[in-house]
Amino acid sequence: MIGAVSSTTSKVTTMREAIATLVRDGDSVAIEGFTHLICFAAGHEIIRQGRRDLTLIRMTPDLVYDQMIAAGVARKLVFSWLGNPGVGGLHAIRRVTEGEAPTLELEEYSHFGMVGRYTAGAMHLPFFPLRSYFETDLPVANPLIQPIRSPYGDETVYAVPPLHPDVAIIHAQRATADGDTQIWGLVGCQKEVAFAADRVIVVVEELVEDVVVRADPGRTVIPGLIVDAVVVEPYGAHPSYTQGHYDRDNRFYVEWDAISRDAASLDAWLAEYVHGVADRAEYMARLGDEVRTRIAPSGSAPSGSVDYGRYA
Amino acid sequence: MSGERGTPPGSATPPGSATPPGSATPPGSATSAESAATPGTAAAAAGSEPAFSRSEMMIVAAARELAGQRVCFVGVGLPNICVNLAQRTVAPDLRMVYESGVFGARPERLPLSIGDPTIVTGATAITSMLELFGYYLQRGLVDVGFLGAAQIDRFGNINTTVIGDYDHPKTRLPGSGGACEIAIHARQVFVIMRQSPRSFVERIDFRTSPGNLGGAEAAEAIRRAGGWMGNGPSVVITDLGIYHFDETGEMRLDSLHPGATLDRVRASMGWQVRVADALATTPAPTIEELRLIREELDPEGAYSR
Repeated sequence: MIGAVSSTTSKVTTMREAIATLVRDGDSVAIEGFTHLICFAAGHEIIRQGRRDLTLIRMTPDLVYDQMIAAGVARKLVFSWLGNPGVGGLHAIRRVTEGEAPTLELEEYSHFGMVGRYTAGAMHLPFFPLRSYFETDLPVANPLIQPIRSPYGDETVYAVPPLHPDVAIIHAQRATADGDTQIWGLVGCQKEVAFAADRVIVVVEELVEDVVVRADPGRTVIPGLIVDAVVVEPYGAHPSYTQGHYDRDNRFYVEWDAISRDAASLDAWLAEYVHGVADRAEYMARLGDEVRTRIAPSGSAPSGSVDYGRYA
Repeated sequence: MSGERGTPPGSATPPGSATPPGSATPPGSATSAESAATPGTAAAAAGSEPAFSRSEMMIVAAARELAGQRVCFVGVGLPNICVNLAQRTVAPDLRMVYESGVFGARPERLPLSIGDPTIVTGATAITSMLELFGYYLQRGLVDVGFLGAAQIDRFGNINTTVIGDYDHPKTRLPGSGGACEIAIHARQVFVIMRQSPRSFVERIDFRTSPGNLGGAEAAEAIRRAGGWMGNGPSVVITDLGIYHFDETGEMRLDSLHPGATLDRVRASMGWQVRVADALATTPAPTIEELRLIREELDPEGAYSR
């Protein structure tokens, strides 16, 4: 029978325990999620636990890495677009990358290049070929972007190296206790980065039974096979969002511009909302009901259901 | 057909000459065109004409350029509001592509970011980013890539990476994102940006996204040899006017917005700009275009003030 064999393993743990066990000083860490499903809760816990010398990897560093870099956890950033989308710059990162003595090392690609790096990492390939970077200064700025000749003709494409983060942290709508993870809405590179990483932490809004996943296998993005820990953390992506659960808190994205322009006001924010709370539940309580109400979806938009059929 | 506007270099119709600039305006705007026909006339001076900001004029002019286009890759920031306005006016069937992995978005509100939940609900398809950049863009399915820029040169080469030296930048900008590959593979590239001597420069500090390189002929040879799917930049819309690219691949001012002057244009560029013999005046925004911007797309005026 469908779903009759349920998983016996449980990888469910707390955020504190998952970060303490799986994220170490000096690690390369990818908290991915393209606008959608950015696990701020994990970023804040890494700050609280005082990790140092991390190489942070994300296509769009977003507010989460602005906060983490301001908190001093990172020595290097690997990325493809560095900004607050639709708002402006990331001021904490600008403070450590501009001027005569930048203190944060940068390794920069285009979006397709980063996607290709994750894909090569996920597939165990030595490089990913793409038709990009032609006639630009990007390969000069980053010598890891290399032209290669096609073995089947005289065409030249560019290669980017595989990316193997020590840790990938993936936010999602739901997972089983074994880590079988389902996502709807923008999937970004969640699948690629999970398969590319050595250790995988999945953070979900909701823990579900095996039968729920098996009833709709087309929505499974990451199998528990490659997952090390499952953390149940409602609102764990705020001020990013989880499709169907809560909206992107655009007002906070706009407010961050003012908060982060000044190092002291940014530090005060970290003191109140990161160091000043024990976990995500306390963070949400501190934000108050007003935020929870503001980010509730304005209505419902359920998918149609399909019939997979039974073939006994 | 306004869709011929961006005819690629090397095809039968010389770029920029197929259609008089400004012809893509929606029905009903003819009177605005007449009343605003004198450059230097204040935008609000023409009796029943509504007042509008320079940003609103820029957004409207850019949206109109999308008439007749089918598939548009939407960049973050100003392109986002332009393309959403176009879908509500001149291009109702436009398939909006967002790099976050959406094909055929139908957002009910203006998305602040290019990964907003409103672009997901009701879309034609959600794709992985690998599929979006590989199957849709690199495969050549995108008609128009709509980009913003921090610096641009006369050949439409774009910098969004740094101002100053790369290793010790005066200003660290966002970088490429998808812009580099959009500039290479979108069949045409539209650029929207405010112009100033700091943004329209003789030499960009970093080439993030290729335009017509050092000139049209060499750029075209490089594109074909390299398997690029794109034909380079076709239009640049600013707060002062509309530029297309002439047969040498250089930007040419084809239309001045109401209230803008040639002196002002020249004072805000780092090179001696070419000007069309038949310089047009961009028809002023219609009441409906302004209503859509002010009431539906940007009620807080984030982009349009």
